[in-house]
Amino acid sequence: MSKVTLERTLEHTFERIGKLVNERLSKLLFNRFEQGYRTTKYPDHLIHIPSPYRGRPEINFECDYSIMNLCAQNCPQQALLISEERKGMDLGKCVFCGECERLSEEKFIHFTTDFSLATARHEELFLCDENPLPKIEKEINEKIRKLFGRSLQLRQVSAGGCNACEQDINVLNTPFFDLSRLGIQIVASPRHADGIMVTGPVTKNMQQALMKTYKAIPDPKIVIAVGSCAISGGPFYQSSEVVAGVENILPVDLFIPGCPPHPLTTLKALIDYFKVTL
Amino acid sequence: MLLKIKANQLLNLEQIPLIHFYDFYNCILAMVENEEAQIVHYLGYLINGRKMLMIVMRTHKQSVGELHIGVTYAPTEYLSFTANHKMFQLFEREIFEEYQVKMLGHTQLKPLRNNFENYEFYSIAGENVHQVAVGPVHAGVIEPGHFRFNCMGERVAHLEIRLGYQHRGIEKLLLATPFTINRAAILIEAVAGDSAVVNALTFSEMMESALNLLDEKNEQGEKDEGEIENLKMIRTLALELERLSNHIGDLGALSGDVAFLAPAAYFGRMRGEFLNLLLLLSGNRFGKGLIRPANNYYTVTITDINQIEKKLDELNREIIHVSSLLFSTQEIIDRFEGVGVIDYQTALKLGVVGVAARASGVSYDVRKSFLPGYYYNLEQQNKNINTKNKNKNTSKNNGDVLARAETRYFEALDSIRLIKFLLESLRKKIDQQQMVKSKMDLKDVNKKVLPISSVVVAINEGWRGEISHLMITDNMGQIIRYKIKDPSFHNWPALALAMRDQEISDFPLCNKSFNLSYCGFDL
Repeated sequence: MSKVTLERTLEHTFERIGKLVNERLSKLLFNRFEQGYRTTKYPDHLIHIPSPYRGRPEINFECDYSIMNLCAQNCPQQALLISEERKGMDLGKCVFCGECERLSEEKFIHFTTDFSLATARHEELFLCDENPLPKIEKEINEKIRKLFGRSLQLRQVSAGGCNACEQDINVLNTPFFDLSRLGIQIVASPRHADGIMVTGPVTKNMQQALMKTYKAIPDPKIVIAVGSCAISGGPFYQSSEVVAGVENILPVDLFIPGCPPHPLTTLKALIDYFKVTL
Repeated sequence: MLLKIKANQLLNLEQIPLIHFYDFYNCILAMVENEEAQIVHYLGYLINGRKMLMIVMRTHKQSVGELHIGVTYAPTEYLSFTANHKMFQLFEREIFEEYQVKMLGHTQLKPLRNNFENYEFYSIAGENVHQVAVGPVHAGVIEPGHFRFNCMGERVAHLEIRLGYQHRGIEKLLLATPFTINRAAILIEAVAGDSAVVNALTFSEMMESALNLLDEKNEQGEKDEGEIENLKMIRTLALELERLSNHIGDLGALSGDVAFLAPAAYFGRMRGEFLNLLLLLSGNRFGKGLIRPANNYYTVTITDINQIEKKLDELNREIIHVSSLLFSTQEIIDRFEGVGVIDYQTALKLGVVGVAARASGVSYDVRKSFLPGYYYNLEQQNKNINTKNKNKNTSKNNGDVLARAETRYFEALDSIRLIKFLLESLRKKIDQQQMVKSKMDLKDVNKKVLPISSVVVAINEGWRGEISHLMITDNMGQIIRYKIKDPSFHNWPALALAMRDQEISDFPLCNKSFNLSYCGFDL
């Protein structure tokens, strides 16, 4: 039987059950059947994001100097540093707009579909010859891992920004990603939390509320900066109305770049940093 | 008295008659009272050290929308419009905060986004009245805002909403020199992430008309109509996908707020699927980086189109099934019905726009009234927008939570219909030329200089409602004012009013049924 006929038969059967027994119950059951089981097996099974996605950039420093310079000058975020002494790209500033990829016709920068972007140290966000891959090293903070690896409660604070980061954190709670299966929960009160996820460039109007939330979390606590706004101010780095980066007022343990970070970027960062075991 | 203009029309400042404030005032009052005119923009700006006021009003002749623009020197004080017409409330507060023009008879003349040190909340005195303060940090993963309820027991007597926590100074950043389009576009896309497509689209249409980008001739001296059509089609496709993802997400959130967890989970996942389709089109789940002036950064192949179409068919079926479950469950109808009512008259008086307005019976939709972009072509091909509430059992369009939920559902279905039609047209084009590609190089666009002393107003229908941008340049071609108006700017007062005499526990439900933007308001 083809898939379409099967679906029709199923629908028809449930309709009859509805008429004979209980309409609402049959609708509930039918939808449950149709929706099926959708949760991903990640990290045991890998997921591939379609190719238009702009993830970790691959940088070719052998490229012609004039092309590199053109990209650096046209970068709307000033994320590219090209000089005689130092060449590199700051993932904390980048908003992944793809301008440099187009200008250099992929000769200088090519955005891959690799969503592994997070680091635990700010300086490692700077991709250069010595540091071509952003990664979270194993030896960092073994104590934190022992404490939170099997159960982690996080409080989220939106401190400015455009609400895209918040929405892609929310998506982690939908059945596809199902964050809770990893023992990670986003909680309503800082008193119940082991750390905070901060999004947004920290506007001056939100500074006090963010500090109060941070202080209400019991020690030891983690601070996670999600999105380029929280790391460097993002698109608002020149604004006088923002603090431009959580790091200016709080110690940050984990940096998750992106504008906004893909839910898988955030998920992988949390799994790697806290060595979450299923 | 006011000058009649078109959307996206490039105007010289001198074309707009500079009228005396007295005439300006009376003319606007007459328009509001006699022609049911609504505000699109009301803003202050500085030119050569003088404070000016500019207004853009909208009227309707049958179903065709018209825009009217007027300019005057700002007086130091005047009798506020708000005293008689509440739709001016937030606009006048904004002018008061930014340009210190005093409005007499305005009862809520206090800061909007900044200077909160001496902010006084409205309070009702009385033995049985108590205040409940909520925010700026909320229990869920949402944006910051402060809600102050004056309650009598469980009953809300008054709600005051104070925003501004997300104020990032976007309008100020857009005036930075030198102005480059790719930098500005990134700021515009960060006005509100969930409305990135519609904001980028409005910005692009404005720049295209200011710099006259789409009329450029190719080497053979002809306008490339086919290319322009492709450009507009992909933009409309992205805009409708954005609308769809947000409406479906809202239906899920509404089910979650009344603890009906099955549809909440199903809709939540489906919303993600639509975002993935947007990623397939643009490389970003919110469509960031897709739309630029005279350009769309995408390459659409026949495989992409087939993939989108297949997914859409599957989701269309699921949406109908899950919605049927949601809207036929008696407990849910019971919770949605009669809660947070904004009736037709109130909606008109407050100038409510978008989904919230249509749920109250105000039929205004920019896509129908102004036919921006490809909607004009769709109208020509008899594929007009049809978002009428078709539910025979419950449809009343009486402005309650149920009406807003149903409006979202029917608009989502209509978006699917439009997207399918667009995909079909795109497929025909791709058959001829393999791949649909973008038009112009941004490098060339960046070199262009903005026209001097000019004004452009661009308008579009985002998923929340009417979004409009307005740009004014000075006699050097520098931008001196860039005004962004999110639909939420019209609708926040409606939420406060919808909560009057409701149970305080109904607030999350009411709030979600409007789902307004904090960051689009705070800028």
